[in-house]
Amino acid sequence: MNVASRRELLAGWGRSAASRATLVRPETVSELEDLVVRERGTLPMVARGLGRSYGDAAQCGGGLVVDCTGLNRILELDVGTTKVRAQAGVSVDELLRWLVPKGLFPPVTPGTRFVTLGGAIASDVHGKNHHVDGTVSRHLDYLRIATPTGLVECSPTQRDDVFWATCGGMGLTGVVLEAVLRLLPIETSTMLVDTERVDDLDSCMARLSEDQDAYRYSVAWVDGLAAGRHLGRSVLTRANHAVVADLPVNARHDPLRLDLRRPLQVPVRPPISFLTPRTVAAFNELWYRRTPRHRTGEMVPLASFFYPLDGLAGWNLLYGPRGFTQYQFVVPLGAEATVRAVLERLSKARAASFLAVLKRFGEEGRGHLSFPTEGWTLALDVPLGSPGLGVLLDCLDELVLSAGGRVYLAKDGRVRPEMLASMYPRLASWLEIRESLDPEGVLGSDLARRVGLCSVRRPSTSRAGA
Amino acid sequence: MIDANGMPQTAVVIGGGSQIARDTMMLLADRRLSAVVLAGRDEAGLQATATELRARGVERVLTWSLDVTETDRLDAFAERAASELGSVDLVLMAVGALGPSDLDALDAKNVCRAAATNFSGPAAALAAFVAILRAQGTGRIVVLSSVAGVRARKANFVYGAAKAGIDGFALGLADALEGSGVGVTVVRPGFVRTKMTTGLKAAPFAVESQFVAEAIVRGLETEASVVWVPPVLRVVLALMRLLPRGLWRRIPG
Repeated sequence: MNVASRRELLAGWGRSAASRATLVRPETVSELEDLVVRERGTLPMVARGLGRSYGDAAQCGGGLVVDCTGLNRILELDVGTTKVRAQAGVSVDELLRWLVPKGLFPPVTPGTRFVTLGGAIASDVHGKNHHVDGTVSRHLDYLRIATPTGLVECSPTQRDDVFWATCGGMGLTGVVLEAVLRLLPIETSTMLVDTERVDDLDSCMARLSEDQDAYRYSVAWVDGLAAGRHLGRSVLTRANHAVVADLPVNARHDPLRLDLRRPLQVPVRPPISFLTPRTVAAFNELWYRRTPRHRTGEMVPLASFFYPLDGLAGWNLLYGPRGFTQYQFVVPLGAEATVRAVLERLSKARAASFLAVLKRFGEEGRGHLSFPTEGWTLALDVPLGSPGLGVLLDCLDELVLSAGGRVYLAKDGRVRPEMLASMYPRLASWLEIRESLDPEGVLGSDLARRVGLCSVRRPSTSRAGA
Repeated sequence: MIDANGMPQTAVVIGGGSQIARDTMMLLADRRLSAVVLAGRDEAGLQATATELRARGVERVLTWSLDVTETDRLDAFAERAASELGSVDLVLMAVGALGPSDLDALDAKNVCRAAATNFSGPAAALAAFVAILRAQGTGRIVVLSSVAGVRARKANFVYGAAKAGIDGFALGLADALEGSGVGVTVVRPGFVRTKMTTGLKAAPFAVESQFVAEAIVRGLETEASVVWVPPVLRVVLALMRLLPRGLWRRIPG
């Protein structure tokens, strides 16, 4: 292998279960193809973008981790057809800087702009507009991927089996090299936001279900520590892109101005967690109180609407060295009681941290291992290491599974392997495609090995090379 | 793989016939443990634990005869364990035996045996796993030390000195492995009511082996580097280390 490599300890955004691997950063597509297609080496390998999946999806202890952030070119932008062709290592941040001034916006964006396009595809990410626009895979016209059996070009109409196995496939069907994404035309970089405070979970879910077609983006921030009659008290935020006519006259001359400020950086790695139930409860209280009961038509720059947490780089360090996980699940419509039960259990155990996110998903997509299905999704950050947490989360899995739901692999660090096939009924068909693309199990991650997603080759057990 | 909660899926237990090993594995079986190698000298104990673990749902349980004092077998043992399990998430070192208890019983042979059983053998066995764990880039070593190793006491100074040895070895190993993805947890129980201590008068703060097992699992969850069982012994021993020798020597038992 000609690409420079070094051994590095890698973990996900939650900073748990770190493992050491050989990290390589190809600078050209051909170098990447060498690694995955032509040489293949002896180690299992997985692609890594900006490391924002919470668990162990983009690490491979004892194996090879291919850092794809060097392949970040925007190859072609067609403003007329509103499509962009880009390398997979490009980040949403870079896309925004390029696209927004031209009146275009990514059709789907997660809660951070520091993800790569490849990572977004591998997790088939969703955003606050899932109920309208689905996941990112719905907006892809083309993928070019490197698999251990060769380069594959695929799309919803060409090799669609490979396409839908790769979208949401956690990087285990191939390394995405390039994608064509259909974009959303926008007139301004401003969001028109309606905010309302709701006192409990039932009203929150009712509000999220009513007139949801009136907003492209909608989400509720739930206080995961509130209990009793305040259980599920939340702030509902719903928005649409503003058009020029919405802006005050003096702001109309430059409606697409994009202000992506350099984030503040958490200056040190604190040796302990600052996010104790007490500090978080105080924060949640303050945040709930300062929100007006009802406010409409507030104009908010899109960065603060979509990426509030990106303002503080390295906020995950605040959880201290033991790290945290995010518990995100979805249950079908009709299983509202399950959402309530999960929230109750977590709030009772004082396990949840910052504001949780509740959203109503729209229709299920076609990715075999894609997470969203029509129903309710709740995501909560949970600090690790507290007594009984592991057992509690196992119980929550059972509630979720018995309601016909599932947990999100891009966030997971601990689900029981035996639950996977029931949570993801299309796992068997995904496996078949994976086997055809990678019969030797070259592609593998700690996640894949932990939950037994697929068979991954073993690194040779030689005593050397450590 | 080790999950976000620190729970292993595979384990190698050395001294696998011991009560603490059994209780710990039973707890891990309720969590994520799916394959385990139980190794040791106590054939009956290994079999009994294996039967219970299988009944508890652990898919693969292997029982291998092993004496850590036969050091030239250890590399092959570690290699074989790694190849059977695929990857080794946890190595639990639970080997130990009390040495001579008074001057009359002291002789060259039993001092060597106590040192080999409690220190050099376990250290050698851990060494055999270090390269494997480093190559994996992940894993955890849990070493059962003892408060007896914190300050050797006249009633069991041979055992105490050997435990001090393995304790120091494990702490040093932990520092050396920093950044490798491999963690080390040193467990320092006080008096534990087990086969090893049958017939002895229980010391203050004595605990059941189940209690030690729970503390070990908590240590895995918190990725602790040192676990005192019960936790109050951390303070007690800190004070005891300050005692003048004249007083220390007079502590009975």
